[in-house]
Amino acid sequence: MPNSTFTKILGWKRAVVDHMATAGAVLAAVLVIAPLLAIFIYLVARGAGALSWAFLTHAPKPVGEVGGGMGNAIAGSALILGISCLIGVPLGIGSGIYLAEYGRGKLAILVRFIADVLNGVPSIVMGMAVYALVVLQQKHFSALAGGFALGIMMIPTVTRATEEMLLMVPRSIREAALGLGVAEWRTVLSVTLRTALPGVITGIMLAFARVAGETAPLLFTAFGNQFWNWNLNQPTAALPLQIYTYAISPYDEWHQQAWAGALVLIVTIVGTVAVVRLVTNRGVMKGTS
Amino acid sequence: MGSSTANRTDMLRVPKKAMDPPPQSASQAIEFPRVKRGAVGPGLRIADRAFRYAMLGCALSVLAIVAFILLELILQSRLSLHAFGWNFFVHQAWDPVAGDFGALPFIYGTLVSSLVALAISVPLALGLAVYITEMCPPWLRGILAFTSDLLAAIPSVIYGLWAIFVLVPILRNYVEPWLATTMGWTGLFTGAPYGIGMLAAGVILSIMVIPIISSITREVLTAVPRQQREAALALGATRWEMIRIGVLRNARAGIMGAIILGLGRALGETMAVTMVIGNRPEIAKSLFAPGYTMASVIANEFTEATGDLYLSALVEIGLALLILTLVVNALARILVWSVTRGMPASTHAQ
Repeated sequence: MPNSTFTKILGWKRAVVDHMATAGAVLAAVLVIAPLLAIFIYLVARGAGALSWAFLTHAPKPVGEVGGGMGNAIAGSALILGISCLIGVPLGIGSGIYLAEYGRGKLAILVRFIADVLNGVPSIVMGMAVYALVVLQQKHFSALAGGFALGIMMIPTVTRATEEMLLMVPRSIREAALGLGVAEWRTVLSVTLRTALPGVITGIMLAFARVAGETAPLLFTAFGNQFWNWNLNQPTAALPLQIYTYAISPYDEWHQQAWAGALVLIVTIVGTVAVVRLVTNRGVMKGTS
Repeated sequence: MGSSTANRTDMLRVPKKAMDPPPQSASQAIEFPRVKRGAVGPGLRIADRAFRYAMLGCALSVLAIVAFILLELILQSRLSLHAFGWNFFVHQAWDPVAGDFGALPFIYGTLVSSLVALAISVPLALGLAVYITEMCPPWLRGILAFTSDLLAAIPSVIYGLWAIFVLVPILRNYVEPWLATTMGWTGLFTGAPYGIGMLAAGVILSIMVIPIISSITREVLTAVPRQQREAALALGATRWEMIRIGVLRNARAGIMGAIILGLGRALGETMAVTMVIGNRPEIAKSLFAPGYTMASVIANEFTEATGDLYLSALVEIGLALLILTLVVNALARILVWSVTRGMPASTHAQ
């Protein structure tokens, strides 16, 4: 039998260690949440002041002139993101369908692995590769090249979401459709994919939120532009690019505009993510994101 | 085609039998062979096949894209590969005018800034993950998880913006002078406290990788069977002892994977780092000194590179960065998978 003083001391030490561990974990949680709050407070405090109707609708003015905005960059971002969705969503859903419905054996394993690889490609390297693939062929920077780079970056997320959601659809539903004589392709599209649609849309929105703030892949593809541009083959402004240019500039007015641009960007992205979280937490697709 | 296709689609073959209508009357029985092949109709069979090939095409396009990326990077960097060989990675000069290029300062900057980031973020991320999964009241759990996921959604350029105008002044005015007086003897914290430099890059990177490390750690901790916790508690362990013996020890490999995944993200991170690291290709012992990373040299100099060799050297840095992150990510995935295997979160890996 250990003597009682010994156990008492041991128990006391263990209790202290336990409390210290708890305190440590709480401290870590607070320290992680603090910068997030700080970033949001600064974004709102600095950005809201410079935010105006003119900011959202006008192109930048030359340095020194008052006014001007990021309207062209917001429009350019919308254009580039539209192109990227046109590329990323069909390819992503298609590969997801392939993996879930037809993918067995070595090819499927390879496709999954490569999708993971694609997900891990640093965004700046993606920009460089698309520069070589598209910009060098076209001989100039363009919205198309920017959209292409972001579209490729969307594929892995969309593929994975589609595959996981399709695999969650009960097999009996497929069999019921096939049993009624519905063609296989029609079953996949109108029954299986339709059932999994909320989850697939969640995946698409997460992919969108991820690429919407990407700057590095646009540096050598969309390049940026101080003016309005709707031509897909011309250099185009994008909101993240404009924020970057303005943030590293030496002018105070431009810094103000960078904060306002950042506020617009973060509201878009966080809005998208929040909507996804609200929908997924409703129970239908719990645990998907 | 043939047996391999049949093998792959055996799941879809089963219901096909159900499509054959049972022969109920004589007239249908006579038509049976025709119906058997044509229940779907020749046109529909073609449609099915076309659809399947279209989906296969989508999947193959992913392979093609990755192949093209690798091919282009190798093609574009061959000039520099020929000119410098392996020496490129241990050579310290970066002189565009003389055409003398070496990647060592950038490799050094990338590794050091990422390691500083890990040193700060690992304890915090693990603490947060342990708090969320094991300690916090249920109502707070969702809020904390959501908040840390939001950190992951903030774009790099916004972190950079915040770092320039908020973090760097704080470092310059308070943190760096304090570090210099208390820990200056280590040699890591000497020189003028500019604010901008390796330390600032490491700190902003650490904020960016915390959500990644902590969300994967959370997944790994949740995967540890409940019985492990109950067994530890039943033996009289305190809560911390239960977490240490019952949970963390079982999740070691997965936590390691989460950390390495965070490292993978830090290595390739571009914008925020470029905005605060100082962008000077030098190797300095002090963390206050400016540095340069592989990603940020590409971001800064790629569009301005004059001369084929200069461009080629930058592409080679990109190629090296790609290979580095791929190796790191693959290692991390294997480790995470070894712990969460069989969990619903990773059904695709079956």
